[in-house]
Amino acid sequence: MLRRIIALMIKEIIAIVADPKSRMVLIGPPIIQLMVFGYAATFDLEHVTYAVYNEDRGPASRDLLARFEGSPNFSLTARVDSDREVQPLIDDRKVMAVVHIGPLFTENLLRGRSASLQVVVDGRNSNTAMIVLNYVRTIVMGFNRAWSAGHGERPGPADLRVRFWFNPNLDSRWFIVPGLVALLTLVVSLLLTALSVAREREAGTFDQMLATPLRPVEILIGKALPGFVIGALEATFILLMAIFWFHVPFRGAILPLYLGLFTFLLSAVGAGLMISSLSVTQQQALLGTFLFLVPAIILSGFSTPIANMPPAVQYLTYLNPMRYFLIVVRSVFLEATPFDLLWNLYWPMAVIGVVALVIAGWLFRRRMY
Amino acid sequence: MKGSRPTNGQARRSLMRLSGLMKKEAHQIVRDPSSIAIAFVLPVILLLLFGYGVSLDAEHVPVAIVVENASTETAGFVGGFQESRYFRPTIMHTIQAAEDALMRREVDGIVWLRSNFAREMLGPGPASIGVIVNGVDANQARIIDGYVTGVWLKWQERIALQQGRPLVIPVAVEQRIWFNAEMRSRNFLVPGLIAIIMTLIGALLTAMVVAREWERGTMEALMVTPVRVQEILLGKIIPYFILGMGGMALSVAMAVWVFDVPFRGSYAVLFGSSALFLLTALAMGLLISVVAKNQFVAGQIAIIATFLPAFILSGFLFDIGSMPTAVQYLTHIIAARYFVSILQTLFLAGDVWAVVAWNSLALGIMCLLFLVLVRRRMKKRLE
Repeated sequence: MLRRIIALMIKEIIAIVADPKSRMVLIGPPIIQLMVFGYAATFDLEHVTYAVYNEDRGPASRDLLARFEGSPNFSLTARVDSDREVQPLIDDRKVMAVVHIGPLFTENLLRGRSASLQVVVDGRNSNTAMIVLNYVRTIVMGFNRAWSAGHGERPGPADLRVRFWFNPNLDSRWFIVPGLVALLTLVVSLLLTALSVAREREAGTFDQMLATPLRPVEILIGKALPGFVIGALEATFILLMAIFWFHVPFRGAILPLYLGLFTFLLSAVGAGLMISSLSVTQQQALLGTFLFLVPAIILSGFSTPIANMPPAVQYLTYLNPMRYFLIVVRSVFLEATPFDLLWNLYWPMAVIGVVALVIAGWLFRRRMY
Repeated sequence: MKGSRPTNGQARRSLMRLSGLMKKEAHQIVRDPSSIAIAFVLPVILLLLFGYGVSLDAEHVPVAIVVENASTETAGFVGGFQESRYFRPTIMHTIQAAEDALMRREVDGIVWLRSNFAREMLGPGPASIGVIVNGVDANQARIIDGYVTGVWLKWQERIALQQGRPLVIPVAVEQRIWFNAEMRSRNFLVPGLIAIIMTLIGALLTAMVVAREWERGTMEALMVTPVRVQEILLGKIIPYFILGMGGMALSVAMAVWVFDVPFRGSYAVLFGSSALFLLTALAMGLLISVVAKNQFVAGQIAIIATFLPAFILSGFLFDIGSMPTAVQYLTHIIAARYFVSILQTLFLAGDVWAVVAWNSLALGIMCLLFLVLVRRRMKKRLE
């Protein structure tokens, strides 16, 4: 039995690797995607374009604006002298924010009153707007601290000392790149297995295979293994790139990571075979892959946190293997989480994988005879 | 024949052939309902999933508040967290317990009031409040940091009022967020999602159908008929264009009625730019299928070249201005980028011509380019 499975697996791998176009699909896109997305997918804003509208001639406003100009996050794009000029700048997306200082700014401050800084932000992307406002607040708080200290004012009752664990500089890349390991592995292994059976069905070679002494279970395993092996190889490559190219710190151990990878691949391949056994044509298989892949990515916590979803959708994410593997990859990379805190992430993936494989096997047999 | 001006009779015959082709395509669409499913069922499912699944509004963030020495002062501070809808605080008494909870991912942050909090606060210097946030998800960490700062600022004001010494904050930030005052992330995510979903659907609709004809050899059969190449192309595009516009209308209706996203632009501009975008997406699908020749590869390219690039590089979620310069250039060849910008503006800001015109121009150029490329590839095959 083992020899037959291995023979089938070798045939499958040859079929994938021998076709130059599918070979290209396997190797090229994941590398390109890793490079492009690794650099592109970041929530950190580096050049917040802003305009200054300063009606105050005093030194305090100049001091505050110098802090904006000195910040690496902001880049001054325009200066305006009237209210009218503000709207077109924001409307046309020339600037993300306009900083407005009224005429009495310095005077108010010198008299010990509170002065106000008006900030208009383009809210078309509310996440960007929130980040911009956070940056503004950080700058203003720094200014306030210096002003209070310099003018002998009483400090507030308590100070905040904020520290960020595991990612002290809040680099989004440390979050996204390990996520890409899960994302790209899922895409490759799912596509490979989902389309493999449908292609043979359409070409008519599936019937020929049924005429051989191979049993349905053996065909199933032979079809599952290439996706598993190629997926594991790709994941390893991407992991190495994450560590040595993107310099994401790898603080955990190899074993907990690979145990997670194998259970994840099991579930991905299981889902792929299930799609494959349900579809008659390649188009249907592709559509099925799509219908699985897109929600799996959106509802995984890859880009936006699961905790923000409505409760009903959160329950739905428990069916998504990528949800668990994402946590495994990220915690092994950054938090060095030990084995015992990861068990409840491994077994759901294994269960999903086994259930999917059993259903796929049952569907295969029913469709064959 | 080639190059000569078409006479009236030729034009009529061409129209006849075209309508014949479209009829054939329409029959195929009705017979295999998968393309109708792609055009109408897919957008509904995807928009529901995305609309509810993608959110950046954090609420009820679990935090541990370590109170080492309970007093009325600490209770006042903790009260700020208990009232806030952004937090779900758990009171703990030792920092070890809180750190364990953070490691087990039960809480996202820790607020630490040391045993000398009340004494320091009432005494000379400011007391120090330790805040630890799990920084793995950098964006979420930043949002939590902002929320904690908000609670802390409010608490300071309240304390100052109680002590009868109004707190003078030297510079107070007065923020105005245009277009989306309540900062609902759904308001910008849903229009962006429509652009992504339509990219997918446009490419999927055409990528598979033409590749299928090549694979089955029916394209050669079409080629030997008097039908011209551009007629074949038009005959493929028009039916799927109509299907796609139906899906688009459905998506916009859902955005407005289901997700309560305000629509401040005009429907005429929306219609025009959507038509342009859909043509571009369909042309891209055609190009993929003409290049790939077989469905297997066409399908894989359609998945790889549409959904993920549109998701990550279109600026719908990640700010394009913050990407490295090389990647920023790359985003210019992502059609969704232009449509995301148009849709976000039309929905939230209104008809801003500077945004709509430039992005439409870019879409028009891309569309033409794709069509020319498709046309050239098709001709080569005939020779």
